Amino acid sequence: MAESENIVAETAEKIFADLADAQTINHDKKGEWKAPLWQALTEAGLPLAWVPEDCGGSGASLAEGFSVLSAAGRFAVAVPLAETMLAGWLLAQAKIASPDGEMTVVPASPKDRITVNADGSLSGRARGVPFAKAAKHFAVLASDAKGRFSIALVDATKCRIEAGIGLGGDNSDTVTLDKVQPVTTKEAPKGFDQPRLMLMGGVARALQIAGALESMLEISVRYSNERVAFEKKISKFQAVQHNLARLAGESAAALAAATSAADAIANAETFNDEVFLEAVAAKIRCSEAAEKGGAIAHQVHGAIGFTIEHILHRYSLRALAWRDDFGSESYWAVELGKLVCIRGADELWPLVASR
Amino acid sequence: MTAALRFDPIRLPPKCEQLRKEVRAFLAEEIAAGTFDPHKPNREDTDVPEFSRKVGERGWLGMTWPKKYGGHERSFLERYVVTEEMRVANAPTRRFFVADRQSGPVLLKYAPEHIKMEILPRICKGEICFAIGMSEPNSGSDLFAAKTRATKTDGGYLINGTKIWTSSAHIADYMIAIFRTSPPTKENRRHGLTQFLVKMKQPGIQVNPIGQITGQYEFNEVVFTDYFVPDDHVLGEIDGAWKQATSELAYERSGPERFLETYYVLTELVRAVGNNPDTRSAEGIGRLVAQVHTMRRMSVSVAGMLQAGKEPVVEASIVKDIGTIWEQQLPHRVRELSAFVEETATNRETLEKQLDFAIKTAPKLTIQGGTTEVLRGIIARGLGLR
Repeated sequence: MAESENIVAETAEKIFADLADAQTINHDKKGEWKAPLWQALTEAGLPLAWVPEDCGGSGASLAEGFSVLSAAGRFAVAVPLAETMLAGWLLAQAKIASPDGEMTVVPASPKDRITVNADGSLSGRARGVPFAKAAKHFAVLASDAKGRFSIALVDATKCRIEAGIGLGGDNSDTVTLDKVQPVTTKEAPKGFDQPRLMLMGGVARALQIAGALESMLEISVRYSNERVAFEKKISKFQAVQHNLARLAGESAAALAAATSAADAIANAETFNDEVFLEAVAAKIRCSEAAEKGGAIAHQVHGAIGFTIEHILHRYSLRALAWRDDFGSESYWAVELGKLVCIRGADELWPLVASR
Repeated sequence: MTAALRFDPIRLPPKCEQLRKEVRAFLAEEIAAGTFDPHKPNREDTDVPEFSRKVGERGWLGMTWPKKYGGHERSFLERYVVTEEMRVANAPTRRFFVADRQSGPVLLKYAPEHIKMEILPRICKGEICFAIGMSEPNSGSDLFAAKTRATKTDGGYLINGTKIWTSSAHIADYMIAIFRTSPPTKENRRHGLTQFLVKMKQPGIQVNPIGQITGQYEFNEVVFTDYFVPDDHVLGEIDGAWKQATSELAYERSGPERFLETYYVLTELVRAVGNNPDTRSAEGIGRLVAQVHTMRRMSVSVAGMLQAGKEPVVEASIVKDIGTIWEQQLPHRVRELSAFVEETATNRETLEKQLDFAIKTAPKLTIQGGTTEVLRGIIARGLGLR
């Protein structure tokens, strides 16, 4: 990322380092760290980073917001920061002002549909919605009988929420809207559809996964230089070195794919096939890296990394959980494969080499 | 520490896109004229001298080198585009590729001026072919174990010993080789190796072809018997070749040729599957495309670092490690997916022939240019583990 994008990310990084250090969070059984963290993030304008100033936000660029998400991934932050940023971004697409407080986006899976009824109310069910239980408002993307998309701000208390816990220990809830009247509804801009929202969410998750892998690499290297077995540091064993080199490769691949996708979206004039490839590839490759990289990080840590007392699971399980939000890698691989086949064999390389 | 492993999202500048169009048009012309067949990676006629000369005429050799040596003073990113288009089209690049990628840059850095003036312009014209003499019997990646001796004599050196696994030695005009000029010291195992420019097709050199499991004859054993190299053919420092050889490796290890070697089977699979794929084929293709896209983004990123004058040794090693493993696995993944290809697919036979060749090629991909194990050692060093 360019120098000018770093100030917002540095602010986020500093807040995380001060208030969301993994070791501190790990020892706080009651979750008392969350309120001061959220307050500090709010004071810095980060949850509404992507909301223009005239819609009540801080008007940061897409690139700045993406770098905040990378930092959030490096700390595996378990507050709805990414979700509120995405919700604010979605609302801003229809020029709907964002309210204060935690938000999330509905739906969070490409398979779920929310529909706009004839009376303007919303109906539907969305599963696996991250942090729905903690959100005061939902940013909802819904379609009517003719397939036209609307963006709505919905009061969370008007919806039925069945709490669920995802792999990473964070809320992943089922939200049911039964003829809910939204606070505000507006037509989505031309061309804005559900895949567009899912891919924005998918890239957010890709950046978070890449960030978590960077941290897993760092703590694994550090641990290997501390832990002694068979009378030497385990970092001196060639097998361990090679495992860590592979982890570095997966971490680097994830970071390359995710930052490239973020850069593509931040600089895109239209959401064309080339941008689609970037976004989808990032979600797929980062999810694969979470699986391979996470396994190596645990292997290096041995049994200690498998304990609830150790911080490793904060990164590894969240990285694995994030694979499922906004469309899993398998789901998007099918979509990408279809696109590639429809374009035809001779158009594959031109697509890959488009930038 | 981890900050060193960033791969910034470098984009190719617009002038690269213009160049890409020119390269594609040229390759299409050559394919139409029958110079090579892009669907036959296992061509028998891998050496096509007239193709090299045409590539030279277009100004696509020595692209980044100074004009006074016949170069074109263009960017690494422009060279990158030419390389990847040639690779994807299965163009016959063997004759010029090593000279363009490695030997030329070594000469630029270490050869005396009159040698540069004599040889570099000829590389740029696509007239001459280079080989690299590193491995020896029982040395391989362990370059310290190299024994072939260069003994000082009047006006030069006498070479005795054997190089092996030397690609293209049978067609090469020159070889850049490492020979032992003195024994390693106790303090420095790397001491005592010197880099030389060797003229091939002279008395005292015998090239013996070695057959490969693909059925091709690509690499060779090269035996030196009292072969004379003049003093002005010493490249760089006497006894100090180790550092020279390793500093060039980022160029060899991160390029598009390090993940596109078997790419043709993916294109052919997409062709065979057609435009209405079943779910498993679609998913398989989607994942492979996401992976190659990511590899390419990493590789372009390293080209950007080289362009910026950095020495991304660790990053280049990461690209080669995961790139070669990817291109090694690709034929096997495509083979699995080919089980779902209709019997009536028009290119079925081509796909099967390509797979047969790619699967035979695959084992060498993680060996040439630095084995996976050596690369992981370099990455581990970069992580502060050694």
